[in-house]
Amino acid sequence: MLMQLRMALYVFQEAFRSLRRNGWLNFAAAGTTAVSLFVLGIAVLLVVNTNYISKTVESNVEIMAYLDRGLDQNDLKAIRTQIEATPGVKEVRFISKEEALATLAKRFGKESKLKESLGGTNPLPDAFRIRMSEPRQVASAAASINRLPGVEKVRYGQGVVEKMFKLTAWIRLISMVVMGLLGVCSVFLIATTIRLTMFARRREISIMKWVGATDWFVRWPFLLEGMILGAAGALVAVAVLGFSYSALTGKLQEVLAFLPVVRDYRVLIHLFEGLFTAGIGLGLVGSFISVHRYLRV
Amino acid sequence: MIQFFNVSKFYPNGVKALVGATLHIEKGEFVFLVGPSGAGKSTLIKLIFREELPTKGQIYVGGRSIIRMKRRDVPHLRRQIGMVFQDFRLLPDRTVFENVAFAMQVVGAGPQEIKRRVPEVLELVGLKERAQMYPRQLSGGEQQRVAIARALVNKPTLLIADEPTGNLDMDTSWEIINYFQEINRRGTTVLIATHAREIVDTLRQRVIALDRGRVVRDEHQGVYAHAT
Repeated sequence: MLMQLRMALYVFQEAFRSLRRNGWLNFAAAGTTAVSLFVLGIAVLLVVNTNYISKTVESNVEIMAYLDRGLDQNDLKAIRTQIEATPGVKEVRFISKEEALATLAKRFGKESKLKESLGGTNPLPDAFRIRMSEPRQVASAAASINRLPGVEKVRYGQGVVEKMFKLTAWIRLISMVVMGLLGVCSVFLIATTIRLTMFARRREISIMKWVGATDWFVRWPFLLEGMILGAAGALVAVAVLGFSYSALTGKLQEVLAFLPVVRDYRVLIHLFEGLFTAGIGLGLVGSFISVHRYLRV
Repeated sequence: MIQFFNVSKFYPNGVKALVGATLHIEKGEFVFLVGPSGAGKSTLIKLIFREELPTKGQIYVGGRSIIRMKRRDVPHLRRQIGMVFQDFRLLPDRTVFENVAFAMQVVGAGPQEIKRRVPEVLELVGLKERAQMYPRQLSGGEQQRVAIARALVNKPTLLIADEPTGNLDMDTSWEIINYFQEINRRGTTVLIATHAREIVDTLRQRVIALDRGRVVRDEHQGVYAHAT
């Protein structure tokens, strides 16, 4: 136990000794990791936000079912029950033609003489406004409501929902590819850094070998060095990302108040934890590649 | 201590570094390994050290076959062997003390043990006063003595030196050889590959001569070369 502790201490000392020695190289490797994790973070935030926005938009999607003229209370009640029975429907509200006209008049402005210009008649139909609990069912629900007797026609944001889904899928795909490429880049750079470190320390390595160090004893400081580089890069990325994201969303909400953005700290902390782990992982993979390939001890 | 049975080593580039070498070195012996450059001295040392495996033959070091040895047992083999090289191979950014202590750290020795043992070996090679100096502040002979101290610090049963006096003048070479003799008297087996004819001829120890990968001579109280 004491021996393991001493070994661990030694491994840390060696890793930091070598980090101090190759300042610029380490800076480059940590910097690249930082940049790639930063972009990775942006990609994740982009996906999270489009998901969030599309969720918000989707849940605001309503179906308007315009009704035939001359229906009585019983007809209305029957239609309402049938609509409520449709899967995915959350809320149904009746909008009378008077209410619709009032809303329309309001939109034209108080001074406008909408009623008069229409010759005192109301051309608008009665309607039901339907909110959905499950946005993905909007299309099918709309179709089945349209078939109900007494419903003249149905309107909803045809296409908008589908487009939104397509957009998120694309963003997800593109950021996945970008993440992958950048991840490979930083693994490669860390691998190169560790390889150069090992080259700079080949003398020590061979001496260690001659006096009978075990393979893992020789390897550990390099693996640790890689992990530290990855973690350092991740910390920089998290800090920059954290500051710039909160600044950006703050500004965005001032300018575009209606645009929903994720400002949930738990989501961000999850992301930052993920980035940090990813940084250490990249460092470990990178140094492992070099240690495995160039350190035949 | 060391047994070679019909050992051959061929490199992929076609070089036959060692051809059918058979030799036995007993515990406590003092042996010179001589021969022209490229005769296979370094290969022989690398094989003992299991830095390389032979193409053919069997090798025992300390009673264990190094061919059947598992990879993870190699470090333990090496801990029994101290190595000294022509170019000293010290770490330039560490003091004399740290250079020697390094070999102990690597095998997991504790700080107290290191503090006790390092001055002990430095005293043995007469460098106790130089402990806090860096290799570049020392003469060649002194640097080689640091290397010897490092080789000895883990108490190996076998000390191997590859051209230990190759970079040193005659007086200093004798000084270094005297340390090897002292170490040998204390019970450590010593194997020295060398070109130092005068030293070999004066000491009249066992001499194993290699030429083009073959053991051409193995005699006790031998000399560097017979007049031809």
